[in-house]
Amino acid sequence: MLGKKKLEPSGVDTTAMATTEPEKEQPWQELGLKQDEYEEIKNILGRRPTSSELAMYSVMWSEHCSYKSSKIYLRQFGEKVTDEMKTHLMVGMGENAGVVDIGEGLAVTFKVESHNHPSYIEPFQGAATGVGGIVRDILSMGARPIAVMDQLRFGAPGNTDTARVVHGVVDGISFYGNCLGLPNIGGETVFDSVYQGNPLVNALSIGSMKHEDLQLAKASNPGDLVILFGARTGADGIGGVSVLASETFESTGPTKRPAVQVGDPFAEKVLIECCLELFHSGVVAGIQDLGGAGISCATSELASNGGKGMRVQLQNVLLRDSTLTPEEILMSESQERMCAVVPKKKLKAFEEIVNKWEVEYSVLGDVIDEDRLYINWGHEEIVNVPPRTVAHDGPVYERPVTYPSYQADLNAANTSSLPRSENPVEIASQLLELIASPNQADKSWITAQYDKYVGGNTALSMPDDSGMIRVSEESGLGVALATDANGKYAYLNPYEGARLALAEAYRNVAVTGAVPRAVTNCLNFGSPENPEVMWQFKEATAGLADACLELGIPVTGGNVSFYNQSGDVAIYPTPVVGVLGVIDDVARRIPSGWQDDGNNIYLLGETFDELDGSAWAKDIHDHLGGQPPKVDLAKEKLLAELLHGASIQGLIESAHDLSEGGLGIAVLEAALRFNIGARIWLGDVQDRDNLDLTAAMFSESQSRVLVTVGREDDVKFQALCETRGVPCLRIGVTDATSGLIEIKDVADLKLDDIRSSWVSTMPELFG
Amino acid sequence: MPKIIVEIMPKQDLLDPQGKAVANAMHRAGNKEITAVRIGKRIELHFDREITEKDLAEAKEQASAFLSNDVIEDVVSVTKAD
Amino acid sequence: MKIGVITYPGTLDDRDAQRAIRLAGAEPVALWHADENLKKVDAVVLPGGFSYGDYLRCGAIAAKAPATKEVIRLAGQGLPVLGICNGFQILVESHLLPGGLIRNENQHFVCRDQKLKVENNQTAWTSLFEKDEEILIPLKNGEGGYIATDETLKMLEGENRIAFRYVETNPNGSMNDIAGLTNERGNVVGLMPHPEHAVEPGFGPDTSIAMKSGIDGLKFFQSVLQQVVNA
Repeated sequence: MLGKKKLEPSGVDTTAMATTEPEKEQPWQELGLKQDEYEEIKNILGRRPTSSELAMYSVMWSEHCSYKSSKIYLRQFGEKVTDEMKTHLMVGMGENAGVVDIGEGLAVTFKVESHNHPSYIEPFQGAATGVGGIVRDILSMGARPIAVMDQLRFGAPGNTDTARVVHGVVDGISFYGNCLGLPNIGGETVFDSVYQGNPLVNALSIGSMKHEDLQLAKASNPGDLVILFGARTGADGIGGVSVLASETFESTGPTKRPAVQVGDPFAEKVLIECCLELFHSGVVAGIQDLGGAGISCATSELASNGGKGMRVQLQNVLLRDSTLTPEEILMSESQERMCAVVPKKKLKAFEEIVNKWEVEYSVLGDVIDEDRLYINWGHEEIVNVPPRTVAHDGPVYERPVTYPSYQADLNAANTSSLPRSENPVEIASQLLELIASPNQADKSWITAQYDKYVGGNTALSMPDDSGMIRVSEESGLGVALATDANGKYAYLNPYEGARLALAEAYRNVAVTGAVPRAVTNCLNFGSPENPEVMWQFKEATAGLADACLELGIPVTGGNVSFYNQSGDVAIYPTPVVGVLGVIDDVARRIPSGWQDDGNNIYLLGETFDELDGSAWAKDIHDHLGGQPPKVDLAKEKLLAELLHGASIQGLIESAHDLSEGGLGIAVLEAALRFNIGARIWLGDVQDRDNLDLTAAMFSESQSRVLVTVGREDDVKFQALCETRGVPCLRIGVTDATSGLIEIKDVADLKLDDIRSSWVSTMPELFG
Repeated sequence: MPKIIVEIMPKQDLLDPQGKAVANAMHRAGNKEITAVRIGKRIELHFDREITEKDLAEAKEQASAFLSNDVIEDVVSVTKAD
Repeated sequence: MKIGVITYPGTLDDRDAQRAIRLAGAEPVALWHADENLKKVDAVVLPGGFSYGDYLRCGAIAAKAPATKEVIRLAGQGLPVLGICNGFQILVESHLLPGGLIRNENQHFVCRDQKLKVENNQTAWTSLFEKDEEILIPLKNGEGGYIATDETLKMLEGENRIAFRYVETNPNGSMNDIAGLTNERGNVVGLMPHPEHAVEPGFGPDTSIAMKSGIDGLKFFQSVLQQVVNA
């Protein structure tokens, strides 16, 4: 490394200086490390860290990258698992994304992630780079990304800041996702003042591949080259690390660095095509995408996962800003970059492909047969660490957990205190108010900004209950995806809330005719330093893990987002659960809306008086208290199996699950889908389940689905329900010509009137 | 660093929806005296040597042939700058 | 029959165009933007997407690609060329079709099922349609507003060069509701909507018959087969 001529020191903090200047003051606190963590680093290295090493540890040991507050709870997802549940699991948690076998030698990889805080600061770029990041995770598994979904939570609709965030986020997702050529096949949008200062932007992506295409993020062969390619490295996202700039002798760069990452979807589209060609040419031995913690993460993870080491020359990184210091380069979160491990003999082939796509690259170094990561800046060594300690052996916290002081009162204050009318006029009025309220209103204002057609494989998308993508054009084999979360339920009871989220996503997959097979999650919570929030987290993770075990579908990967709070006010615990299902032929899919005249409408499942935490309670009466609806997962399983069996026999014309807003909203949604009216009667369900009109209309009892069946299949369908033990009650018949929803003894509602208020809410608020 | 600056504006008589949207936003923010907003582009062509007359002539040609679409845009100016 | 589909960096709907060609009964041929060899195809499709990220102007950089130059040359000799969305933008930038395409009036990307009227069924790509037939084709873009001088518009109207017009709703503020154009000869056609997304039952727009059953786009690709056969 050292040449014959005398080399001037560059002013960077080297490993040599770390030994000769042990007492140097270091800004470990500003970088977010605790005293004991700083001491631990010194322990590991046997000296103080260099400023580059300090930067790496501070970011890799941050909550976001190390999961230090959540690790002890996330373990449950890997522990509460049977061998049977792992049957289709090709890659589980711990990798960039889980991989699930779907048959015919094909697999899919999927994951949901959060980009909450950046989306509040800079909604457009925050949301855009959120999409970019999750798509790269999918790509790095060796898959072609084939779809995206998003789960959005905004503040109160009337608040002007909400509009700022809504416009930026939707534009950002539209901009990035559309430009990548990925259909947006579903998601959810929720408004609640609790998210005012902490909007949630979760993004999901799914990719498909042949089994043999699987790529992993490891560098296991000494001699292989480590190559950084894609966009050049700039100053994106390094706000916090700039404090280190002042630590070097020559502080050539400006001290103010932007904290926001800026995305270029065109660069990512080209990167996707380039990577897929690299993968299929067998040129790459390992691949990692660069997300949070950029090069620090890519190098340490690739080395650690492969059980080997790495030697890197940091000056080889192609820069778009020549004033960046080594610390800044290590921390940069510039988008659209990947790191490949390439055997020397494949280098020429690698170069041909990246040159064809006009993608820039540079060889950073090579894999070595030592458990060490060496990074040099020119001839000076600035990093010399054991990679595992950076990437995987971060701190593990057992944060204090306290049952919230408000919880008992909250659970006691249930909806029994709310006025319940038996007056049909009032019930009808509440129903119309609810269908036009921001949370239930038509979201086309958002979804029309997303491309749902690109790729030509979208079998179902919004507003259907799950998104469905055809994976094999030959056989029609496809997958269905649904994501759900109800922050109100989780606030009332985090354990049950997580179970309910899983149940709803599971049911949403089942109603389209697919069989649920795997789970992902994005756990959005307040500060882990708040013991009451930690209690919520502990309960929710246990609830989800137990529920996955009961339903027999494993968590394949996910994400945790903490610190979603403003001052002392945390968001509702919002565990977003995504379920993936498999369908042997997408031609068999079941839509959510009524399509034909004269079909019988059946309500599957039982209804109880469960209004606590409901849309009726919150949006009509501004009430949140009590206990969320009970969920019986055995019943959910039974229901899903019935739907599958019925769909194989072609008995079902449409199926729509009941959730927020209960039966009344489900009926209107199914009618509005293709503009088909109906004659409905609630008397039978009121009698059988002992309900008043309010409960019949608005209760949010679980395990219920609205199904339409053609006249010719009635007998068979009812018999099937009876055999399977699923309660089945005929509650209506479709009418394609009346233009009315006639609810017996309640009201005759004009579909056109309902539609016009349903479609105008969002444009009026945000148009 | 020597460079040539090319300035392009949308054609006078054609729609400028971006300009219109920005004008509306400025009006909403209280700047009601502004009668119109039109948005164009400024493109810099960098050189690592002195700029010649030939460079300028070629830049003018590229400005109308490629950097602008003469159906919907006008090249307002092509000038040398340091 | 071989129909070429050019892929530029940033092209998105090339695979969809290839599928449409296959379903129509022809052989799709993948062409690369940097290669002026068009492999002796009988027709060319410039597909949708965001070539070069819409940098400078939509389609501006792609219009200068070697493959595009060759398409321009052969179009002059009668080669059937279909430009879809970004492809239409490339045709306009290449001056194979007149006018310009700018940002949607409402400033947002819009994806909707759009009713169109086929006003010129004498082109290479519309010969199987009835005159003034109404079809349903998915539309998805942010820069689809067609503009042209009064003079150009008069000429286009007078010479029946407007191939498709928006019906019921004008989704992007295009002048005279112009959705697509043809050249004088009728071999070059450009339109903003995406026929390749309405070719396969189960994956097209909803119709009154069934969900996602619309396949009005297939006739575009079937029409050109007739051209080639008769040539």
